[in-house]
Amino acid sequence: MPDTQALVNDFLNKLKKRKIEGSQATAKQTAELLRSVISQTRVPYTNQAAALIQSVKAVGEGLIAANPVELAVGNVVRRVLHIIREEDLSLTTAAMAGLNLSAVSDDEDDVDGDNQPVLSAAAIAAASRSTLRPPSLQTLLEDVPDSAAVPHTSSSGGDSEGKSKSADKSSRSRKLKHDVIEAVNELIQDINTCHEQIAEQAVEHIHQNEVILTLGSSRTVLEFLCAAKEKKRSFRVFVAEGAPRYQGHLLAKELVTRGLQTTLITDSAIFAMISRVNMVIVGAHAVMANGGVIAPVGLNMVALAAQKHAVPFVVLAGSHKLCPLYPHHPEVLLNELRSPSELLDFGEFSDCLDFGSGIGAPLLHVVNPTFDYVPPKLVSLFITDTGGHNPSYIAEIYQLFVMSLRGEDMKFKSEIMKTNCIAGGNLVKS
Amino acid sequence: MSFPILMKPLPLSLKDFNFIAEANKSNAPGGAASSKSVKQPPQKKDGPPVASSVAASERGVDRPVEKERKKDLPPPRMQFDDESRVGKAKRRSLLNQPEARNRVELFRHLPPHKNGSQLPYLESKFFELHEMHPSVYKVGLQYLTGDTSGGNARCIAMLQAFQEAIRDYSTPPEKTLNRDLTSKIGGFVSFLIECRPLSMSMGNAIRFLKSRIARLPLTLSESEAKAALCSDIDRFINEKIVLADKVILRHAATKIRDGDVLLTYGSSCVVEMILLYAHEIGKQFRVVVVDSRPMLEGQKLLRRLVAKGLSCTYTQLNAISYVMHEVTRVFLGASSIFSNGTVYSRVGTAPVAMVAHAFHVPVLVCCEAYKFHERVQLDSICFNELGDPDAVSKVPGRVDVNYLDNLTDKQKENLQLLNLKYDATPSDYISVIVTDYGMIPPTSVPVIVREYRKEYLLI
Repeated sequence: MPDTQALVNDFLNKLKKRKIEGSQATAKQTAELLRSVISQTRVPYTNQAAALIQSVKAVGEGLIAANPVELAVGNVVRRVLHIIREEDLSLTTAAMAGLNLSAVSDDEDDVDGDNQPVLSAAAIAAASRSTLRPPSLQTLLEDVPDSAAVPHTSSSGGDSEGKSKSADKSSRSRKLKHDVIEAVNELIQDINTCHEQIAEQAVEHIHQNEVILTLGSSRTVLEFLCAAKEKKRSFRVFVAEGAPRYQGHLLAKELVTRGLQTTLITDSAIFAMISRVNMVIVGAHAVMANGGVIAPVGLNMVALAAQKHAVPFVVLAGSHKLCPLYPHHPEVLLNELRSPSELLDFGEFSDCLDFGSGIGAPLLHVVNPTFDYVPPKLVSLFITDTGGHNPSYIAEIYQLFVMSLRGEDMKFKSEIMKTNCIAGGNLVKS
Repeated sequence: MSFPILMKPLPLSLKDFNFIAEANKSNAPGGAASSKSVKQPPQKKDGPPVASSVAASERGVDRPVEKERKKDLPPPRMQFDDESRVGKAKRRSLLNQPEARNRVELFRHLPPHKNGSQLPYLESKFFELHEMHPSVYKVGLQYLTGDTSGGNARCIAMLQAFQEAIRDYSTPPEKTLNRDLTSKIGGFVSFLIECRPLSMSMGNAIRFLKSRIARLPLTLSESEAKAALCSDIDRFINEKIVLADKVILRHAATKIRDGDVLLTYGSSCVVEMILLYAHEIGKQFRVVVVDSRPMLEGQKLLRRLVAKGLSCTYTQLNAISYVMHEVTRVFLGASSIFSNGTVYSRVGTAPVAMVAHAFHVPVLVCCEAYKFHERVQLDSICFNELGDPDAVSKVPGRVDVNYLDNLTDKQKENLQLLNLKYDATPSDYISVIVTDYGMIPPTSVPVIVREYRKEYLLI
């Protein structure tokens, strides 16, 4: 698959050089890339799901390693793997139902024993009920004893039905890929339309004569506010500029173009103004499994100020940002430091950057982190494309999701976390 | 002999002083006596009329005489949404004030910023202002352009300019030194207010000066009186600022241990002195300098600290949650501390104190006692100073982020820019205030204001 490989390499380069801005764009491109990987993967007659999973995992690990801080990549990879398994399961159950075989495991199960659940009738029924939706507790409880007990009834049964099944399998193999690609297309569609779905909920939260505060620039927030404006709610927005990227200026320009009364303030004035603000609405970079938020730098300060003044702190996040990882030391491990030239002009400060003291260590360090961690207790509400949620509910969703994932799907995350721990501190006190 | 006792209730404004002087002129034969008598009422109600006349001159406009006033209430400040008063102020003002476009509604009660573009206009008026002393004029220009900033620096510059003016002063015939000089000082103060609103430290210093003038014994000759006033001013600067800073240094240095990571925000002269002093006496520590737009004062502090060999980390305000993990102490300066313990200081101090409090890092505010004030303030909106709004939209030195150049009129109509200069930090975030009276908790500020006011203001 030379052209896929070229695509993958190209994408890897972009991720490493941080050329792709924003988790929505990253998620979309990751999904499209995986779709082409899947369509290019040659699947054997037997065990196609495993082959697909293998190829997706191989690419996925590389993508995640290229930019560990961009959690949307990992989220999409995990969801695609989940899709593959689910589609395979539903196809198998349909096939089983069609062939009228009750307690026979496929050949795939033999080879791939720990991967696939044993297909008891109850499990088939259960599995067919839950395809791409987050699994309910009931299905999980039914799945668990099945995967624990692994009776391979064996390849002995396989031979005689082998030939009759092979025809089915070949059609099934094409169908599996087809289904998976369709589901991935749906995923891409979801990623594309997450803004609209979130914006639809705007009118429930913004009423007349409100004052809203936001920091930096997020496309979700922009669409959200404009949707409320469309519904003829008149409100004012305070935009904090969000140094050192100053994306607040961009957002302010967009908002005034669409006719909203906007006031641009500096970040230092946030605490001063927040007593007159009704609601803080911000976007997020990623939402972690405990309900904590990885957000652009400065938002922890805003969240603390909002808590002090009892102002609701609302986070808008598309579902591709919801990450099943638990954050350990997120300020350091899930953060990136940007160039100091955004804060200090090198030309002006070149004399201070000499190695002054005897051991040769520079006297002046400049710290310019990209992200901030907001703990879940400071967030009042998450608005995602599936509706509004409490931070503790996000944690619950992810407990369920994590339980439904296979152990190996989570593995590359723990590897990443380990390498981050070893690489250790981008600590200030180096 | 009946003295023409003026039963005018407080406060006496500038116009009233002129009126009294003219009344004296008309009673020529009883001139000396009546001047004495008129002096009685001001001296009896020494505290409040001085305070209120300070307030009146701080506003620089005529105030209608008010019927009743409790002695202890500080007079309210000039509110700029009052049309009639603003109109009068404009007529008397020296600066050409263009109509500020797109003022933020919430801050209509504050005077709009006067930017440096007024400078050529003011310079051209130099020879027309016979009432103004050149050194006061110079100080005013320095305030206007921002060359002199910071509570202590502005106060010292102003007092030294007043010293010069007093030395060059000579009492006109038929006037008494006290009242005429007081009215002259009032005129200077109103000019300075037009250049830039007074800081609390300056307000207290003016109050001190006026009380000294009013307390001058009548037996002194003019030159003796002037010499006494100049030495009083020197004493004020020396005791209340210079020596007070030395005491603060000693106290604060005891709170710095080896291995500390100290965080400071913006550029406070007292904190800078503390850090340099602690470094001199050999303590090993690191400094984190937090800075913010649009003034970027931290860069100047950073340069001075690195030049002296302290190892520093520089960051901007948004990253404060990132650096606060390893900070052990936070040192902040203040422009003033109010009687409810609220610290009034450069905008951005409040979020620093809040985040430090959330991370359980002690916050030490270093402030001389002469900056304490009996007012109270709950939030940063009721009283503040507006800065140049264009400084928010323009980012100097970064052409790639100038998104707000070339806005259409329709866009400009909806966009307002807000540049605040000060904010109010609630007292619960402050662990201790280091003053020349020692290290006090924020709740002790009204005690010092009440018990030691005469002493700390040398009234």
